[in-house]
Amino acid sequence: MTSLKHTWYMTLRHLRALARQPWYIAFTLVQPMIYLLLFGSLFQKITGLGHFGTADYIAYLTPGIVVMTAMFSGGWSGMGMVFDLDRGVMDRFLVSPVRRGSLINGRVAQGAIVAAIQALIILVVGLVRGARFDGGPLGVLALIASAVLLAAPFIALSNATALMVRKEESVIGAVNFILLPLTFTSSVFMAKDLMPGWMQTVARFNPANWAVEAARDAALQAHPDWGSIGTHLGLLAAFTVVAVALATRAFRAYQRSV
Amino acid sequence: MSHAIEAEGLVKTYPKGVRALDGLGFAVEEGTIFGLLGPNGAGKSTTVKVLTTLSRPDAGGARVAGLDVLRRPDRVRRVIGLVSQRSAVDPEATGRENLTLQGRLYGMEGRELRGRVAELLERFGLAGAGKRVARDYSGGMQRRLDIATGLVHRPKVLFLDEPTTGLDPEVRADMWRMIRELARDEGLTILLTTHYLEEADRLASRLAIVDRGRVVAEGTPEALKSELRGDALQIELGDGQTNGEVHRALASLAEVRDVVLEGRRLRARADDGPRAVPVVLQALESAGVRVASVTVSRPSLDDVYLRHTGRRFEEADRAEEVKTR
Ligand SMILES: Nc1ncnc2c1ncn2[C@@H]1O[C@H](COP(=O)(O)OP(=O)(O)OP(=O)(O)O)[C@@H](O)[C@H]1O
Ligand SMILES: [Mg+2]
Repeated sequence: MTSLKHTWYMTLRHLRALARQPWYIAFTLVQPMIYLLLFGSLFQKITGLGHFGTADYIAYLTPGIVVMTAMFSGGWSGMGMVFDLDRGVMDRFLVSPVRRGSLINGRVAQGAIVAAIQALIILVVGLVRGARFDGGPLGVLALIASAVLLAAPFIALSNATALMVRKEESVIGAVNFILLPLTFTSSVFMAKDLMPGWMQTVARFNPANWAVEAARDAALQAHPDWGSIGTHLGLLAAFTVVAVALATRAFRAYQRSV
Repeated sequence: MSHAIEAEGLVKTYPKGVRALDGLGFAVEEGTIFGLLGPNGAGKSTTVKVLTTLSRPDAGGARVAGLDVLRRPDRVRRVIGLVSQRSAVDPEATGRENLTLQGRLYGMEGRELRGRVAELLERFGLAGAGKRVARDYSGGMQRRLDIATGLVHRPKVLFLDEPTTGLDPEVRADMWRMIRELARDEGLTILLTTHYLEEADRLASRLAIVDRGRVVAEGTPEALKSELRGDALQIELGDGQTNGEVHRALASLAEVRDVVLEGRRLRARADDGPRAVPVVLQALESAGVRVASVTVSRPSLDDVYLRHTGRRFEEADRAEEVKTR
């Protein structure tokens, strides 16, 4: 009960900060838009190779960009934690009776909301560019769930990193060194069957790939394979639980260093 | 009289071997203001971090409001308030939001919380600024919001870590008044750390002088000062003299003792300062030492510090600054 309340208070704190800087979301969408529009046009003909499950590369790419955006914006979450640590706000919370978990969960909840908003905006842009989503409202909902469930564990891990290293540069480094490779070893840009064999193997264990497969299947197919979607979302949920537990433990590491 | 804070034998070593606390201990009576006075790097903030459950010592123990800091950190957290050395306000939130969130973390809600927040905004002169984000506050306003934040949940023991460092002299005087009123009106026990001698002298009913992680002297400011008999003489010398000449000239005088020469500055103690001055000047003159200026002063906490650590306060401060740069 207390944990839930505290999580809500922390979520509210982050949402208020976000509401005061609404352009932040627009800012985070610049790069995804470039990918979606320019990459989308550049590789327009690539679906001719087959294995994409659709002839429309923009339709193929849109769920991928949604998922990639969610993962990256989750990855940046630790920057807020570094800021709170620098400003002494976190120390103030840590000497209060606040539940440690809620300090992480509040950021996860806010990040989930941001990921959902970003997903909707990207979807609309995809639609305007002529993509068709045969999955209907339910498919779109599952797509958003995939994005949120991919953002969540990376929010937690990013905050764990922030607590352990306390430097913005390290968060930036971790995001680039880990999330970029995860993006390119998934089917965000390229059909899985067209990847080299070793990459296909990597993709099977890649959470970004779990999310993009689920999102794309749900959004594009009129009759998606719900079993496979459910499995992927379940894996992401499990990953989230582990990541949040880890991040909550990271407060101990932090407190040992102060 | 019971103790609101008891610390004993605290030791804390940071990675890279910095020994921040080296067997530090002291006790604070309930309802009083206790000062921890020390230069930069003495271990004041580390002490506060340990007592407020943020950090764990390598050895030693402490009780706050009768609760063991190491065994029951959760219980301790409910009864303490902390105003840390650096401001800890959330700059993206308004003053009111800062206070409200803080209260909620302690389980306060509804009308009680709203009332307390309004009362504190009023008390700290922030009523008009309560709806503005703290980013736009002046340094003094942020500091007042910090103190208000530490008080929302009506703590029994308040930790003020250098509350006035970096504030203008007028704002500082204002802050002193507020702290004194707080101790009186809310029946709080306050642990105040400071490296302003004047601040410790004015606010604290007892104080401990901390140097390199240990308490080197403890008592009321008055008692500490009266430990030093007599007045302090400070003489700026002209150029051209050597250490030996100066010491030879003054060693035989009955009027002065504890003669120390640091560069051009000669320091000594005298039971009766004004009477000693002509004698000292005479002796220096016949030894051929030229004098630029002479000052006589009553003992200050600075002298107490010098006496117990062998260093002047500002020097210790500067040394630490150079070290940490
Ligand atoms: N987190 C930390 N990691 C490593 N060393 C630290 C840490 N915090 C403090 N120290 C070191 O421990 C010593 C004591 O620091 P502390 O902050 O307690 O001093 P202080 O008395 O509060 O000084 P100041 O007046 O500058 O605030 C210093 O040498 C400082 O550099
Ligand atoms: Mg300090």
